[in-house]
Amino acid sequence: MPDLFAPGDRVRTTNLDPPHHTRVPRYARGAPGVVVEVEGHHPLADDRARGLPTTPQPVYAVRFTARDLFGEGDHSVTLAVWETHLRAEP
Amino acid sequence: MSGDHTGTDAAIAAQVRHVEALLEERGLVDPKELDRAMEAFLAKANPDNGARLVARAWLDPAFHHRLLTDASTALTEIGLSMGGGLQEQRLKVVANTPTTHNVIVCTLCSCYPVALLGPSPTWYKSEAYRSRVVRDPRSVLAEFDFHLPPTTTITVWDANAETRFMVIPQRPKNTDNLDEHALANLVTRNGLIGVAPL
Repeated sequence: MPDLFAPGDRVRTTNLDPPHHTRVPRYARGAPGVVVEVEGHHPLADDRARGLPTTPQPVYAVRFTARDLFGEGDHSVTLAVWETHLRAEP
Repeated sequence: MSGDHTGTDAAIAAQVRHVEALLEERGLVDPKELDRAMEAFLAKANPDNGARLVARAWLDPAFHHRLLTDASTALTEIGLSMGGGLQEQRLKVVANTPTTHNVIVCTLCSCYPVALLGPSPTWYKSEAYRSRVVRDPRSVLAEFDFHLPPTTTITVWDANAETRFMVIPQRPKNTDNLDEHALANLVTRNGLIGVAPL
């Protein structure tokens, strides 16, 4: 499977609150951001933590503005997000 | 956010000792083997490594470029590696400029480039630092007595997955006559995390 996203693409994190480990931190759920780079391909940590079988998938560095995350602030936060947790943002 | 690691260190340490004792009791691990592995890793894991990378980058623009674009490969040029743990980790190096500043955190737990910076400081693992620096980095840096001008743009890098981060601080003024070794001596661990100027 080719990578779904490339640097510069606008994306949004999924807004889920699963009852298990997840690598989408609460502060970044449902937030719009921009892909900075592909960090690599890794098994989904959310599944590994539950002992489920996993195959590697793209992990992206995604930049979010503080305003989009917290409603205020002039900085940005860059976070790694597995492809499963991203949707294309129009 | 996951738990406050500073508050549970003792409980985790007790669990680790218990598991270690069971492994030894059942002959699965040689007691000396673990000590040897830890000592060998920590003997090499030192902020001097990060400082060497920074000094070389300040002096060599081509190396600086390679470090920013493919740090994991560039660091092997001076005999360093991100290995030593369970798996070799990807390194991403980010550089401060007169108008942009970078600061590192792991909001998940305490992910940190141990091989280049040595064991992480206690505050790095505290819930206060992990939760606050993503939300209000300017105030947190001010508590480190590091006051950035309002015009400086701040980027926080959350090491929540498979990449570890290191900051190239701005080269201090009036250091044109210093050699690589002398420059490396100016670099501090906190500078490599992005919470202190040099």
